[in-house]
Amino acid sequence: MKQIESVVVRFSGDSGDGMQLTGTQFSNTSALMGNDLATFPDFPAEIRAPQGTVAGVSGFQVNIGSVKVNTPGDEPDVLVAMNPAALKANIKDLRLGGTLIVNIDSFTDLAFKKAEYESNPLDTPQFEQYQVIKAHISSQTKEALSELDLDTKSKERCKNFYALGMTFFMYARDLEPTKKWIQEKFKNKDVLIQANTMALVAGFHFAETIEAIGDRYQVKPAPIDKGLYRQINGNTALSWGFMFAAENSGHELYLGSYPITPASDILHELSKHKNFGVKTFQAEDEIAAVCSSVGASFGGALAITTSSGPGIALKSEAMNLAMMLELPIVIIDVQRGGPSTGLPTKTEQSDLNMAMYGRNGESPVIVLAAAHPSDCFEMAFEAARLSLEHMTPVVLLSDGYIANGSEPWKIPDISKYPKIKSKLVKKELGESEVYLPYKRDENLVRTWATPGMKGYMHRVGGLEKEEDTGNVSYDPENHERMIEIREEKVKLVQNNIPKQKLLGEDKGDLLIVSWGGTYGATYQAVSAQIEQGNKVSLMHLNYINPMPKNVDEILKGFKKIIVCELNGGQMKDLLNKEFSCMAEGYTKMQGKPFMIRELSGMMEKALEDIKLS
Amino acid sequence: MTDKKLTKKDFSNDQAVKWCPGCGDYAILSATQMAMAQIGVEPHNVAVISGIGCSSRFPYYMGSYGMHSIHGRAPAVATGLKLHNPDLSVWIITGDGDGLSIGGNHLAHIIRRNMNVNIILFNNEIYGLTKGQYSPTSKPGLTTKSTPYGSLDRPFSPARFALGCGSTFYARTIDTDPKHMIEVFKEANAHEGTSVIEVYQNCVIFNDKVHDKYTNRKTRDENSVRLEAGKPMIFGAEKDKGFIFEDFNLKEVELKDGYTEEQLVKHDPTNQGLVHMLANLSPETSAVPIGVLKKDLTAHTYDSSFQAQIQSQKDAKGPGSMKDLLMSGETWSV
Repeated sequence: MKQIESVVVRFSGDSGDGMQLTGTQFSNTSALMGNDLATFPDFPAEIRAPQGTVAGVSGFQVNIGSVKVNTPGDEPDVLVAMNPAALKANIKDLRLGGTLIVNIDSFTDLAFKKAEYESNPLDTPQFEQYQVIKAHISSQTKEALSELDLDTKSKERCKNFYALGMTFFMYARDLEPTKKWIQEKFKNKDVLIQANTMALVAGFHFAETIEAIGDRYQVKPAPIDKGLYRQINGNTALSWGFMFAAENSGHELYLGSYPITPASDILHELSKHKNFGVKTFQAEDEIAAVCSSVGASFGGALAITTSSGPGIALKSEAMNLAMMLELPIVIIDVQRGGPSTGLPTKTEQSDLNMAMYGRNGESPVIVLAAAHPSDCFEMAFEAARLSLEHMTPVVLLSDGYIANGSEPWKIPDISKYPKIKSKLVKKELGESEVYLPYKRDENLVRTWATPGMKGYMHRVGGLEKEEDTGNVSYDPENHERMIEIREEKVKLVQNNIPKQKLLGEDKGDLLIVSWGGTYGATYQAVSAQIEQGNKVSLMHLNYINPMPKNVDEILKGFKKIIVCELNGGQMKDLLNKEFSCMAEGYTKMQGKPFMIRELSGMMEKALEDIKLS
Repeated sequence: MTDKKLTKKDFSNDQAVKWCPGCGDYAILSATQMAMAQIGVEPHNVAVISGIGCSSRFPYYMGSYGMHSIHGRAPAVATGLKLHNPDLSVWIITGDGDGLSIGGNHLAHIIRRNMNVNIILFNNEIYGLTKGQYSPTSKPGLTTKSTPYGSLDRPFSPARFALGCGSTFYARTIDTDPKHMIEVFKEANAHEGTSVIEVYQNCVIFNDKVHDKYTNRKTRDENSVRLEAGKPMIFGAEKDKGFIFEDFNLKEVELKDGYTEEQLVKHDPTNQGLVHMLANLSPETSAVPIGVLKKDLTAHTYDSSFQAQIQSQKDAKGPGSMKDLLMSGETWSV
């Protein structure tokens, strides 16, 4: 058996073929075997596009390693294609020389037509560049299950486990975790437990038997920190981060939401945990969702709202109201391809400008971004902490890539987190005391009194208010002062966030700047440059507004600054506006994450340019 | 509830009230404050939420908690507040523009869910704050700044809108009748569910005397019928008119034509069929009903079911532990 550092496998098939499940089983098994890994599910925008068409292809890519793995991998080493449409949609990504496993039973004239192939593509010379394994996945599965009392259709439905079994043999995966999973999944349905287990084993044995599979590979456990691990995806991590912040701060969690891809899973996850006192409300629209959260925040909740670009656009007026009222609320934007409805199931980072500037009037809010799936837990906690401690809306940016992607996560010790100190007033106001709802502390933060508290009755509203009292004021000088106060209040958050860290030296030739879900790719690409001895560093921003105090100093330490982002250059523009740092942009807008080799090529060229200048 | 005798003053504050002189809003504000004092709810347990419009300035003049939110969204804000703080007495202030135009969706859904809140809908059939454009309840042909040749819109009937949404409490009252307003507000507050109260309100500047038919001493008795549950629907200055059932509908009749009081229809706010007939009575064809049109005592409120579901999960699973959640599912040690 050959040892390899890492391997990238992509499972692809019709959206009804169970490819997400297959990929998840491969990932979970690998995690249990001690590998580091990252996953990337890629599903179509349509729920069930016509069977066999390219529009209906669903994919799941996983990168497993005996080394640190930061991304799902640039290109698959192994591609499993359950039908011609899956082949068509994915073959261009397969590494030259890589392994292609096809379900040859599905390669029929009708299927070619549906996939818009004129004839069997496997007969073309293009496929000589790959190691092609033509497996009779459907018929072999049915054959293996012939003894079972089950209809043919149900038997064929087990074919994804047959394909999984094949890959398990190739990479010496343990069958036990999947067998256990099947037993739990199909509890009380013995025939289905038998069928799926038999298909899995049959695939494994088939791969063992045929000679088409040359070498068998082993991916040893990765050298990762000691501790207890689990797998987590971004949307779950984010949900749990807020639940933890609620427990930590003593404010009940309230989510007002409206379903939207790719954010809905946060609503689903939080709706499960009513025994934690989590309140979720599926509103009639995006506006009602955020408005209900503003109401809950007025009432003293840790109030959040979740959406994606088009929904955030609808929420902007209510976000501005919360900014004006100075109430805590976290607005989560799981970004997807825009503009308008755009690419709902694809990833992009193009809502930064909207988060920063997308409201009427002067409307500063805190803006944060999560870097990778498990970081969503940390940043959710941070978003809640800053919102509650500074009485201001926080926009937390995630994206489709980290929301659905998963990775192993060392389960954090929650007793080590700081205690969130909200601005809630003490229970009762003395008879002679007068409550001033907009009186501020040294950080310009007001206190928080909520309906039901005796003595603190006050009115808030979207009209401009007088300092301290909060009474309506149309006074021109007061208005200007209030704008400055609200601006300064958000700037002062700088004192409450960590200093910006760097990967690499704090001075050098090239500074790569990234933010949000591109972290895995930029981290790995910059690490490789550093290993080669190049003077490249990475500044990955999690705190976007305000930025950490030392960002200015960092930017001054490099000859060239390149901002890598999945949009038209929004962070680059922001940095140049704030710091006049002459940053250049490296952008991609294909609904897909950066590939490491794209970034490496870009950096090599930039270093060349620096040498020449 | 409190032992201390509350007065209107407990629900007022030191801010100057800034509606136009003669505006019907003053009377509604005063009646609301008096109703709250009579209900006996303490000001700190009251939250008044409004949207945008003349009427929506209302919370600024209250001695309770209040929020002047954004246009049309008060029902959504109030929903979140009530779900988080179920013990609060939540009142929504809206108008025909705020509630039925820009905020129609939220009004529909709060009524559908039957949140236990009180909604006072100020209906003056005009946009006042933006200085006089027609509203979704304006009568066809109304000449306004935005309809110089007459409005072409078919108007909403707030009553039919609310009933269509499954309203469990619907009442109509008039800004010139403080006593009636106070009684209606109190009854609305006592109802468990979304209580919608349409107030015929006069905009003295842009749509003066729009409800004159029902407010003018000379004409009001002939044009409106005061509803009282269990009593015959009788009206007119001489108490000589009423309604009978005919052709599956209500028909206005005069006693002098040989009808007796016993033959007149008695009001029953829980009778769905009758309620819809009442909502269909329009000023063009008959007297309009004033009072509590509908009361449905059978429907659950969303907020109580919401809290009960949380409690049942707590009972079934015990209070959640973050530590256990983090450890749930498959884990492995390195």
